[in-house]
Amino acid sequence: MSNLYSNIGKRVPKLDAPDKATGRARYPQDLTLPGMLHGKILWSRYPHAKIVNIDTSEALKIPGVMSVITAKDLPYRNSGFMKDNPPLKRDKVRSLRDEVAAVAAVTEEIAEAALEHIKVEYMELPGIFDPEEALRESAPLIHEENKNNLVKMKYKFEHGDVEEGRKHSAHVVKGRFKLHFVTHTCLGTCCCIADFDSKGKLIMYSPSQVPFLHQKDMADVLGMSGSDIRIIQPTIGGAFGSKLDLYPYEIICAHLARIAGRPVRISFTRMEEFCCTPTRQPAIIESEAGVDADGKLTFREAHIILDAGAYVSWGPTIPYVMMNSFSSLYRVPNVSFDTTIAYTNNIYAGAFRGYGNPQGTFVVETQMDELAELVNMDPLVFRILNSNRPGETTPQGMKVTTCGLEECLKRAAKGINWHEDRRGVTGKIRRGVGLASFFHVGGGARVYRSDGCGAIVKIDDFGQVTLITGSSEIGQGSETVLAQITAEELGVRVEDVKVINSDTDIKPWDVGVHASRTTFIAGNAARIAAAKAKRKILEMAAPEMGLQCDELDINNRFIYYKANPEKRVRFDKILRKKHFDYNGNIIVTEHFYDPPTQRQDRNFKGNVSATYAFGTQAAEVEVDTETGIVRVLKMVVADDVGKALNPMLLEGQLEGGIAQGIGYGIYENLILDKGRVMNPTFLDYKIPTVNDMPEIKVEMVETHDEEGPFGAKGIAESGSIPTAAAIANAVYDAIGVRIKGLPISPEKVLKALSKK
Amino acid sequence: MNKISLDLTVNGQVYEISVSPTLTLLDILRYEIGLTGTKKGCGTGDCGACTVLVNGRAANACLILAPDAKGADITTIEGLAVEGELHPIQQAFVDHGAIQCGFCSPGMIMSAADLLNRNPNPTAEEAKNAISGNLCRCTGYIKIIEAITAVNKHE
Repeated sequence: MSNLYSNIGKRVPKLDAPDKATGRARYPQDLTLPGMLHGKILWSRYPHAKIVNIDTSEALKIPGVMSVITAKDLPYRNSGFMKDNPPLKRDKVRSLRDEVAAVAAVTEEIAEAALEHIKVEYMELPGIFDPEEALRESAPLIHEENKNNLVKMKYKFEHGDVEEGRKHSAHVVKGRFKLHFVTHTCLGTCCCIADFDSKGKLIMYSPSQVPFLHQKDMADVLGMSGSDIRIIQPTIGGAFGSKLDLYPYEIICAHLARIAGRPVRISFTRMEEFCCTPTRQPAIIESEAGVDADGKLTFREAHIILDAGAYVSWGPTIPYVMMNSFSSLYRVPNVSFDTTIAYTNNIYAGAFRGYGNPQGTFVVETQMDELAELVNMDPLVFRILNSNRPGETTPQGMKVTTCGLEECLKRAAKGINWHEDRRGVTGKIRRGVGLASFFHVGGGARVYRSDGCGAIVKIDDFGQVTLITGSSEIGQGSETVLAQITAEELGVRVEDVKVINSDTDIKPWDVGVHASRTTFIAGNAARIAAAKAKRKILEMAAPEMGLQCDELDINNRFIYYKANPEKRVRFDKILRKKHFDYNGNIIVTEHFYDPPTQRQDRNFKGNVSATYAFGTQAAEVEVDTETGIVRVLKMVVADDVGKALNPMLLEGQLEGGIAQGIGYGIYENLILDKGRVMNPTFLDYKIPTVNDMPEIKVEMVETHDEEGPFGAKGIAESGSIPTAAAIANAVYDAIGVRIKGLPISPEKVLKALSKK
Repeated sequence: MNKISLDLTVNGQVYEISVSPTLTLLDILRYEIGLTGTKKGCGTGDCGACTVLVNGRAANACLILAPDAKGADITTIEGLAVEGELHPIQQAFVDHGAIQCGFCSPGMIMSAADLLNRNPNPTAEEAKNAISGNLCRCTGYIKIIEAITAVNKHE
């Protein structure tokens, strides 16, 4: 089938790679505007304290300091999902990353020096750092306007009858799992530039992955109209969900620029990146699951306790996705899921690749292995027995159209030599294998009223095609895949397509980069806009060639007669002729694609995505029983990708996702002590280096989804989702102990072994 | 603080500059000379994003203070391509999908270039050693190793 296409299914290098390989790509840190000042933020000294007084007079006297601002200089408007986060804190601080004051100066050094001359008088308050303790009656209040520290958000889902399911169970497992703090560590730290033009319009150079939501949030918090805010996205040095929310530093940057009357850049140090950006949402998960005597799942029941931190960013909304892991991964007839979310004085949590699914899948897949053992089945056979199937509707009302999970399970198992007997290996080093699968949205996610993306196709007199897409390039390769889709639809080459995607004044609206949606949603928008352009070209060409429109097609830049391909004309020639003819015309077409999906109702039921992605990872590990060190030897990933539009970029997404999954599973741990990040350097917070990476084998299962562009599904988050679970199951296979908290550190392994 | 004068060669060009002695080579390159291709990922020598060649060998520019850069011969990412043609290692990174967000790429490529200068046909193990001080958060390194080991393999 692949030879049907000239651009689809090809290993096309990323269009932006040459600029990135030569140092030409410009990240926010690389940009300097005339007259630009440098902003710095004064962070709180305490995790919980009243602000009694702030004296900025000494800081203002320092030569080169242009402005110093505190909450008094800002309108009374909050940011954040629950509008609970003042950009600069007014009367109290609630975490060590709270913004107290900010300086703009002619150099970064002067700005930094000025911070030391801002005198803040605090009255320290007792802090609370554990979500369960935060809910006790005696706990100090974090937001005084509330009666307690409970975040007023609830995700409660019921399907079937859990008690009935329990009654019919031959075996039940129960566990309490603890998922920790980890952080994105984008190599490019947070950095933005704010600049006001002479009409008072704000131009933000921002690494946002959701520029149109950003524009709206920024307008609300600044008290401006969205049309007066232009977001320009320079090259983005990594995002992974970290740039899904509008953060106080960006609002502060705009205020500094407004007050100083000059452009201002704020650029985080690596230490600020570790201490003052959102983490992945930590979680305590109490979960029960059952199986009948035949090995069929009977029920799942989960209670989730989340530590929001001091403010609500996207973190506490992750149950929306985590719920899917419990309700929809494998077929389970009875499900109960609910949440308790608490404020604490920790740094707050945000979105991170997988959005609650890595946490949920770790629990679900650990318990799948436990159940398989109790019912005396091979974990692979047990999973296949309970696998999702095409045509089914999950308890949350998600309609599974294409589904390759069973094949993914088989191919992952085959790739890891599942049936090889590793028990012969004795001595201190033991080997084991483990499996884990995932269920995730693969065709967008209708979490807002619209899940759409706009696309404009324009073709110039020389045959150069420009795709103006609402979507954003954050390194994942969307612009390349969109160029392939556009080229394929139009009958031109990838190199004929230029992609414009970084300016909200130009590009049409899009929700943004989240939920693995860009290839699917922006891809369909581009494809349909390109199809409209093609139709228009053929309509122009038909009278010129003395033929009917339907008798013509375009391939490799030529319009040709389908019955006799020898009869052909270069399409740019037709475009020029029609452009300069009397009553001339040019090619500009557009499409706004909004998928045929529903928002979930109050009971969290609804078909939110136009298709769903599935996949399995198999891990082979080695555990040193003397040191407790776990080493991943090999990972096999088999994903139902719909159709691999660009296998090279797809492999890159999966390999990179797995690297983050390995970090989450065995290495990374952001250690907080009384709200303070104790390891804010790459030396102490270990992300995988090249030496920590195993061999990775990627298997693509193509199910050709009917709604997807050329059959594709979204997969960008999936690499990270089941990795930690597969490793944990492999560790159990190797040494016979279950580790129910991440990371699977040597300490945890040794402790578990000593209790065995 | 009193400034010091120094001359250094960057990508074949001699520069005479006067800077604070606490300035790092990384800041000199990015802000004094205006070559922003070399990235600052941490400033403490942990991530390798600022890797450049100093007298032919890979080094973290963020750990070299101005006085130590005196008279040095520096090659940055901007100095690898010749007359607009990508250096083979740059081309290999492009062709093998070794670049995603790209922030680590300049440093990664300079570490690889140092290796290839000394060892044109490295094994995967040698390639791993060469970039073990360069962090990447996007790719999982698989395609980076593929790119480095493919540069001088002609099939």
